[in-house]
Amino acid sequence: MSADHPIGLSIRDGVKVYPGTRALKGVDFDLRMGAVNVLVGENGAGKSTLMKVIAGVEELTEGRVEMAGKVVHFRSKSEAVAHGIGIVFQELNLFPNMTVAENIFIAREPTRAGMDIDAAKQREATRALMARLEQPIDPDTPLGTLRIGQQQIVEIAKALAQDARILILDEPTSALSAAEVEVLFRVIADLKRQGVGIVYISHRLEELIRVGDYITVLRDGAITGARSMAGVDIPWIVRAMIGDSSKEFGRTEPANFGAEVFRADNICLPRLGGGYTVDHVSLSVHAGEIVGLYGLMGAGRTEFLECVMAQHPHSTGAFHVAGKPLTERDVPGRIARGIALIPEDRKRDGLVQIMSIRENLTLSALKSYATGFHLNLKAEMKGAMEFVKRMTIKVARVENPVSSLSGGNQQKVVIGKALMTNPKILLMDEPSRGIDIGAKAEVFRTMRRLAADGLGILFVTSDLDEVLALSDRIIVMANGRITGEFPAGTDAAAVISATAPNATKAVKELAA
Amino acid sequence: MTAIPAPATPGSTALLLLLLRARTFVALILVLAFFAFAAPNFLSAANAVIVSKHVALNAFLAIGMTFVIITGGIDLSVGSIVGLCAMVAGWLVLNGIDLGLGWSIQFNTLEIALLVMLVGVGVGLINGLLITWLNVAPFIATLGTLYVARGAALLSSDGRTFPNLGGNAEYGSASFPWIGSGTILGLPVMIWMLVLVGLLASYISRRTPLGRYIYAVGGNERGAALSGVKVTRVKMFVYMFSGLCAALVGLIIASQLQASHPATGETFELNAIAAAVLGGTSMSGGRGRIGGTIVGAFVIGILSDGLIMMGVSSFWQTVIKGLVIIAAVVIDQAQSKLQARVALQQEAAAGR
Repeated sequence: MSADHPIGLSIRDGVKVYPGTRALKGVDFDLRMGAVNVLVGENGAGKSTLMKVIAGVEELTEGRVEMAGKVVHFRSKSEAVAHGIGIVFQELNLFPNMTVAENIFIAREPTRAGMDIDAAKQREATRALMARLEQPIDPDTPLGTLRIGQQQIVEIAKALAQDARILILDEPTSALSAAEVEVLFRVIADLKRQGVGIVYISHRLEELIRVGDYITVLRDGAITGARSMAGVDIPWIVRAMIGDSSKEFGRTEPANFGAEVFRADNICLPRLGGGYTVDHVSLSVHAGEIVGLYGLMGAGRTEFLECVMAQHPHSTGAFHVAGKPLTERDVPGRIARGIALIPEDRKRDGLVQIMSIRENLTLSALKSYATGFHLNLKAEMKGAMEFVKRMTIKVARVENPVSSLSGGNQQKVVIGKALMTNPKILLMDEPSRGIDIGAKAEVFRTMRRLAADGLGILFVTSDLDEVLALSDRIIVMANGRITGEFPAGTDAAAVISATAPNATKAVKELAA
Repeated sequence: MTAIPAPATPGSTALLLLLLRARTFVALILVLAFFAFAAPNFLSAANAVIVSKHVALNAFLAIGMTFVIITGGIDLSVGSIVGLCAMVAGWLVLNGIDLGLGWSIQFNTLEIALLVMLVGVGVGLINGLLITWLNVAPFIATLGTLYVARGAALLSSDGRTFPNLGGNAEYGSASFPWIGSGTILGLPVMIWMLVLVGLLASYISRRTPLGRYIYAVGGNERGAALSGVKVTRVKMFVYMFSGLCAALVGLIIASQLQASHPATGETFELNAIAAAVLGGTSMSGGRGRIGGTIVGAFVIGILSDGLIMMGVSSFWQTVIKGLVIIAAVVIDQAQSKLQARVALQQEAAAGR
């Protein structure tokens, strides 16, 4: 098999060190041409870093990259492009206000006399590319009017227009519908036939097995499995991905759940263009319980939390807090009823970066330090200091801007702000995102402590390790629906297979 | 090891930071000192009152503008609101409200003042509704009301001046000129009003939840909304407050001149923005102090009055004013950078 698929690029002893972490620990990776090289691993396992190295976005700290037996150094993305390497990031880098042709030739427009853009040539080249990809997309269509799947095709065409021989696709299907996935797979098959080497990153295991020819599994920056796809099944992948996971954040005291503090009934959020982003979701959380909401990106988990926090006026369904229906339609009303949200994007949604640590901490609960219009600054300061202590936030001065803190401490400020409103139910969206290992452990310990104090916690995560270790109950979402519910101590493979409901049957058969 | 005392910053950095923070004050003192030497009689009490009266008009607008800019918006309509409110004041003093049928309602001074303020707040309300409900960008919304209000002012008199606004003792409006020219305890009424509005605004910004929300909305609107801040209300407030400040200026000018002209207040909005920026208000929102803005207004006012007394050409004055504003913003950038570095050093020294 390897005779048909010559190695187009290889990495030997690849090490990449970021301040504080080793993202890659001596990685050997072979990229085969005319085949789909699948790359899989948990969030933070080093997939993205590896791809960035290949695409010239990052340079290896140690080790070497070889192409056709020669060592190459990519100091920038354009150097990698010159070597025929194209990458399609998960977040599309396109301009919705420009046409398809303009997008494909952005910053490398064919010109006459170096000035006048040769629109006809650009259009012709685009038409040829679209023919190659068998897509009936007109070059003059404004990009914004295309569906996401077609935009992805445009992004691929952009890479091919630069003569890419190696194409990296980072989670290409996360935003696609089933039909669009089929189109993409056809395009991939065509490209393979044309001898293009494809690197395919995805969390959807059934997809990987279907489309891949070779698989490489990464865990904590090291390769834990690399082989041809023949004979690979989901349990094998999961074992390689997770290994013997440690459960250091598990419950230490016996489970002691109180009454139901939060219930959602039939929550629906319609999606633009039909279907649902959140599809009839019903769940409940008890006092003292940590419920993990697991799923892939785009499963509708964040949107569900946003529905709870009154961010989607078009959502339908009913919420109950401590047995009473939640009728408030705005954020302040819901906060007053005991709901608190730790948003996914700390910088964008969680904090006011230029305000001080104190002002951020008390922002949600400011009214409790005010009599009428008058704000009692002394009481506010006391409250802020109390929470700095309780959350063990390491600060030099509470008057410093919150942006001067490390990610972990910023997250604690966000949690502290939420706790100041005396919530009954804490919604946490990816609480460990963007903070280092030590801070993660502290955030998890904090969650445990809060649950032990009787708070109900519903947290969203894409990290399998995390959801398995921390949850008293695991709820899995896929395509907006709840596709599985598991008690603590469930087998990882069962949880993973629920994230891709189409593959569930296959796994069950394998397990049997 | 949570809240340990701040490690001392190196002396020179701390001093520099202090100087930069107080830069508007430093500028004020420098400007004062310069004109004390260069322009004879500049420091006399009589001149101080005259300068203060000039500055006060701009300071009112700048206070309202500061709140708007802190939320990340801009209010271009204040100059036109000044003109419109001056015309409304003139109309009410001269004609009252004509009900048709040969009857009209006449108002005393206090009622006139309240009605004029209501007009200003009303225009602010329209600005606020456009920006929050209809999602028009603040620049465009207030640019629109700038034209509409100015047009309304011109229409009210067909472009003519309302003269002889002495008021009428019969209606209780004879005291109308007192607003602009009267004194209490030796200080002009308008200065007292400025002190009042300044203290009120400063109080709101520092000691009320509303004030905190104004900063939060400007710093991160989404974040503030998710924290339970009623963003719409906060924005409505700042534009209405700005309209109120502009109405006061219109009232004062009409009273001072005992006449109102529809072109009153043209380009006042630019001076107000300049004062706010000079006082350290960040155009990207989230940062600014009422005190700083008032000092900024004084720097601009003293600069132009002082240059007039020195006999410098008004063309040069314009150039100098522009340079001062640019310099202020450049220094502001330097201060932000230094401040962020000092804070980071402190946090790093505290051991993360």
